[in-house]
Amino acid sequence: MLREPLGVLGISLVLLVVLGAVFADFLASADPSKISPRNRFSSPGFEHLAGTDQLGRDLFSRVLHGGQIALAVALGSTAVSLLIGMVLGLIAGYGPRWLDNLLILVFDAMKSFPTVMLALALVTLFGPSLTAVVVVVILVNVPGYARIIRTQTIALKSAEYVTAAQSMGASTARVLRVHILPNVIGPLLILASMDIPVVIAIEAGMSFLGLGVRPPTPSWGAILNDGFANIRESYWIVVAGGIPIILTTLGFTFLGETLRDVFDPRLKGR
Amino acid sequence: MGDCPILAYALKRLVLAIVIISVAMTLLFAMIYLIPGDPAKVALGPRATPEMVESLRVRMGLDQPIWVQFWRFYSGVWRGDLGIEVLSGRPVLTVVLEQLPYTLALIAGAISWSVALGIPLGCIAAIKRGGWVDRVVGIVSVAVIAVPSFVIAIYALLIFAVSLRWLPAIGAGEPGDLGDQLLHLILPSLAVGLGWVGYIARMVRASMLEVLEASHIRTARAFGLPENQITYSYALRIAILPTVTLLGVGVGQMLSSAVFAEIVFARPGIGKLVYDSILTRNYPLVTGSVLVTTAFFVFVNVIADLVIGALDPRVRSGFG
Amino acid sequence: MSVLSVNGLTVSFTTDGGTLTALRDVSFDIPDQRIVGVVGESGCGKSTLINAILGLLADNGRIDAGSVLFQNDRELTRLGDSDMRALRGQRISTVFQDPMGALNPVLSVGHQMINVQYRSGRSKAEKIARAVEMLRKVRIPDADTALSRYPHQFSGGMKQRIAIAMALMMEPALLIADEPTTALDATLEVATIELLKELQRDIGCSVLFISHHLGVIAELCDEVIVMYAGEVVERGTTRQVFNDPRHPYTFRLLDCDPARQHQRVRHLPTIPGEIPDLRRRPEGCIFAARCHRVHYACMRTPPVTEVGNGHAARCWLAGNPETVKVTA
Repeated sequence: MLREPLGVLGISLVLLVVLGAVFADFLASADPSKISPRNRFSSPGFEHLAGTDQLGRDLFSRVLHGGQIALAVALGSTAVSLLIGMVLGLIAGYGPRWLDNLLILVFDAMKSFPTVMLALALVTLFGPSLTAVVVVVILVNVPGYARIIRTQTIALKSAEYVTAAQSMGASTARVLRVHILPNVIGPLLILASMDIPVVIAIEAGMSFLGLGVRPPTPSWGAILNDGFANIRESYWIVVAGGIPIILTTLGFTFLGETLRDVFDPRLKGR
Repeated sequence: MGDCPILAYALKRLVLAIVIISVAMTLLFAMIYLIPGDPAKVALGPRATPEMVESLRVRMGLDQPIWVQFWRFYSGVWRGDLGIEVLSGRPVLTVVLEQLPYTLALIAGAISWSVALGIPLGCIAAIKRGGWVDRVVGIVSVAVIAVPSFVIAIYALLIFAVSLRWLPAIGAGEPGDLGDQLLHLILPSLAVGLGWVGYIARMVRASMLEVLEASHIRTARAFGLPENQITYSYALRIAILPTVTLLGVGVGQMLSSAVFAEIVFARPGIGKLVYDSILTRNYPLVTGSVLVTTAFFVFVNVIADLVIGALDPRVRSGFG
Repeated sequence: MSVLSVNGLTVSFTTDGGTLTALRDVSFDIPDQRIVGVVGESGCGKSTLINAILGLLADNGRIDAGSVLFQNDRELTRLGDSDMRALRGQRISTVFQDPMGALNPVLSVGHQMINVQYRSGRSKAEKIARAVEMLRKVRIPDADTALSRYPHQFSGGMKQRIAIAMALMMEPALLIADEPTTALDATLEVATIELLKELQRDIGCSVLFISHHLGVIAELCDEVIVMYAGEVVERGTTRQVFNDPRHPYTFRLLDCDPARQHQRVRHLPTIPGEIPDLRRRPEGCIFAARCHRVHYACMRTPPVTEVGNGHAARCWLAGNPETVKVTA
């Protein structure tokens, strides 16, 4: 895998973003939320590596701390989506036929709904918050994961060793845990890693629209929104908000593509 | 193969469309019913007197039992009555249809970008398989798919409108001035369509490679047909078929991107209308625009199927 | 006079596992207006032979040695791309095995039949008339309206007949038929063979007919080439080869033909062993490893031994028919 130049690039970008987020307090000493009216719109320089925004906040610090939010949301909500998707997929694949049909119908309905409309609708219910972001991510991701799990479960259900285990009196839970889950988890994790850029885009997009993370919490989408509002005064706010989004999505995408090609070429073209 | 199978097919699609729209309507109704707060109170703001709120409630039919409200809503929609927009007093349908052409133009522009760039790129990549062109197209496709459309929109705005001043930054152009409107359409539609350039390039490349392996292509070569004719008339015609389906389904995603593009470029349109009306809790407008959008989405997929039917004779005689 | 004369043709492919010699020293003649059959197991180099003749070898393949002379004046191995293309479909036509996939699914039959005539200089109306005429010849019902229909609207047998019609439209000097009947059922196979024979006589072309079906070869062909692992092991008239095989491989092949089993057998006989790895050709006779008559001489490559008028075999025992025909 390290022989693939794109994979190496992907890993490097992901590492860059992760390390930046983990060591944010160490790398950027400025408080990301500290307003300093005298320093409004300072261009990038020695004092403020990425400049300051319309409230005089240090953008470099905001970007690194925004990375914490982005990665936490991405990993957290992906993990929850995986868990829910797995359970629903196993139920659909292993459970009764009518339940399977019903779940598939629901998955299809959820998938055909434009993501932004879904987000807007949920925000009207919950109000703008991190929770809303996580719920949107879950609703977007779960149908795909559940479908994969379901297909694999149905394929494995009739495999000989599963039938053998059943005939020897293994409980449903045991069959699922010991015989089916280990076989479906690999492709699922690869798909999930390829979905991380989508999750990052959802978080940033909703925060950009003012539907996600609430100010003054730093978020890449919020920085981008600040920059957009002041795009004629300063270009660097937009640059500071957008570059990390681009680098992160590219990094995870290149990494995921390489992982898929190396470990599971069958998933190609999905 | 007469007209009848196509007619039967169209009828089937129509029924399906009605079902989908009905489901969407039910969901919308349920959602709005579940939202905490009194829509009338919200619409009138905090300084409204109880009498004003009560009179608006009666005008909006909110004093009726839920099933009466639902039936009014449901039957109204099929008569083209999406209710009255509370603040201006104009029919919701009129307000929504006013905005629709802008979004249609945006999506048509995005599709044009993605087709005009994606098909040739995918085709060249397939022909030069393994070469540096193929690699570059592959990486660029993945990259434009990965980067969110609103980031592309803002950077396009920053570079081409604010810094270089080559293209206009905001609005949809002077009404009646087609050239100006097209000029205003370039950046937003590029922002919406760029990711789809990647999707289409990848798909065309993959299906082109598959088709070029087909035995009828070998037959065509064995008949000494010019390589150009084999590539473009024999192979590409088949290879672009999945693109049409992809675009049909993709319109839903493009509607998402359109919300961002319309906000960033301050363009009128359905996306912006939904966004604004949700933020101001103008629910009749929300339901109205979402329903029109859903209907549009369903309609586009019917069109996509018909286009495939026109391009692929195997599908055409399978109708019905 | 021969339409095609192949001499010492050697073709190899560059693969990950090394250089693969797919054809070695292949020589044969296709006389005017004769049908020549090529028979052999899968992997014997039949497809490579066709592609080499047509100039359609894959990018990793090349002709190392030998010549392919067309109508005594054109050396196909040295012909440029555009000259070769001008020959394909006009002077040398091909019918491939898979009738389901041989026609482009999104173009009408007429469109494809007209495209094939693009070098003819005929007017559009003449091209259409010619297409209808050919469809009639291959007995497609409603030939006039068939032009506007698409491949999926025809049955497999009809598609193969349309492919034959297309191949013969320009009255080629040579028709290459690559297992054209293998995908068809037995009744259709017989009808298609009859049709092919009739059209060949009608047009007066030669045919290179490739098949692994010995019965079809015996029925249709004037002459036979037996190929094994990319080499011609025996050639001669159909009668010579079938009645008096001089190579142990031919003998075993005939022996294993289900149609020639005179009594009921529990298992159809097969030739034990596999085709050798063509990336590492063994020294000596290529068939030695599977041959039931193998002896010390086979360590050296046997010469092509002429045993009768045009009948030859590449075997040390070719001149000694009784030794060849001993069942192991």
